[in-house]
Amino acid sequence: MRAFSYERARDPQAAVAAMARTPDAKFIAGGTNLLDLMKLEIERPGRLIDVNGLGFDKIEATADGGLRIGALVRNTDLAADERVRRDYGVLSRALVAGASGQLRNKATTAGNLLQRTRCPYFYDPGQPCNKRQPGSGCGALQGFSRQLAVIGGSEACIATHPSDMAVAMRVLDASVETLNPEGKARRIPIAEFHRLPGDKPQIDTTLGRGELITAVTLPRPIGGVQVYRKVRDRASYAFALVSVAAVVQRDGSGRVAFGGVAHKPWRVEAAEPAMASGAKAVVDRAFAGAKPRHDNAFKLLLAERTLAAAMAEARA
Amino acid sequence: MDAAHKLEISRRGVLIVGAAASAVAAPSVSEAQAAGADAPVLAKVAFEVNGTRRELELDTRTTLLDALRENLNLTGSKKGCDHGQCGACTVIVDGRRINSCLTLAVMHEGGRITTIEGLGQPGALHPMQAAFVKHDGFQCGYCTPGQICSAVAVLDEIKAGVPSHAGADVTAAPQVTSDELRERMSGNICRCGAYSNIIEAITEVAGGNA
Repeated sequence: MRAFSYERARDPQAAVAAMARTPDAKFIAGGTNLLDLMKLEIERPGRLIDVNGLGFDKIEATADGGLRIGALVRNTDLAADERVRRDYGVLSRALVAGASGQLRNKATTAGNLLQRTRCPYFYDPGQPCNKRQPGSGCGALQGFSRQLAVIGGSEACIATHPSDMAVAMRVLDASVETLNPEGKARRIPIAEFHRLPGDKPQIDTTLGRGELITAVTLPRPIGGVQVYRKVRDRASYAFALVSVAAVVQRDGSGRVAFGGVAHKPWRVEAAEPAMASGAKAVVDRAFAGAKPRHDNAFKLLLAERTLAAAMAEARA
Repeated sequence: MDAAHKLEISRRGVLIVGAAASAVAAPSVSEAQAAGADAPVLAKVAFEVNGTRRELELDTRTTLLDALRENLNLTGSKKGCDHGQCGACTVIVDGRRINSCLTLAVMHEGGRITTIEGLGQPGALHPMQAAFVKHDGFQCGYCTPGQICSAVAVLDEIKAGVPSHAGADVTAAPQVTSDELRERMSGNICRCGAYSNIIEAITEVAGGNA
């Protein structure tokens, strides 16, 4: 690990100001992904700004009947919150499907959104990777792609976003609240928060340099039966091959987002009216233009079957 | 067969490339340190470990695990993967189990840390330690301190109503079942495969508490 200096930020304005002063600084909260990457020198910050003392650790009701989740709320606490379990079940289910008990105790809401891909070529400094080292090429394109993206990828990158939580937030139309280095707040719809790799796979999100996530807000509850179904190579503590976050209403209408298939949580709203016609109709539309590789072509059929299982679970 | 064969060759290739890359990278890091570009930064931190206040001055890079083992000689917590994948380093911080390898010591100012040494000692074992002995919940023992710290915290989490992936209904209060324990203990890997005895040990302690 490279040496770095360390400071505890006392308030949000001071945190973003400290970040603006130090070009190679990074915020640290739970640290479960950042420190892992720092040990491998994939991330090499010269300064860490610890934001754990900023007080963004509450879950509060909003004026319009939704919830405002502080950026520092731990995954365990978010999954266990009674309002989340009752009104946003898909989020609680997605959270407990991810990582391990130890990691969920430390990992934060904002950090979960910002975690980096687990593509094996990104993690191996001996391999080319445009996300880790722009311009070095993509080892995954001709390599082992079992875990990797089937849609939304580019000739530069076929990494997937590893989060379960973000898939549920996408289906719930969450928004990400931020503070930029000039001290200005803004709100980013989750649909616009994660980006596709294109020719700049080194950039995961639409956050500006030094911009700090302060909260994630959920709109008022949408009801329905809320299901999160995750398929992986072992029964627990593994990243998704395919996951499905679904909200199914009594009349058969609903919403669905997929995890483990793209550089961002994958939701195609135009495919959702097909839910009444069954899983295949939805997947045909949601994955139109998919470019699977030899090792991951199975994900298209798996997505259809996982959605079918989720819809059956919702109807049961 | 053919695909499996290719996979094996390629894995070896990856290992060789990886080893060569780190062999080249190592001298450049020490050169940078000698030049002062990557000089260690020291910071002070004070926290409570197993009921005793400890004050340390550490390289900021020191993980909580390394501080416990190397600075405080509490070598019960083990370093397995050092990347949060195996759970051997699990300790209880402010009442919650975490991977001590994936957190910096300097981030725990004022924290309360419990390691395996703080749970119990020979002659005065914690009930979970005694149950692991009774049920043969280990073979080589390397993962055991992490397993036991995790198990103690798991029972607290179930009592507090924290949901898990094993529960069909996230709104229901979780119960101590072997499915629940298996799911909740999935962050602790045991290469000897003592899992079924570990579940028996935890189940007995849970029954004693109920």
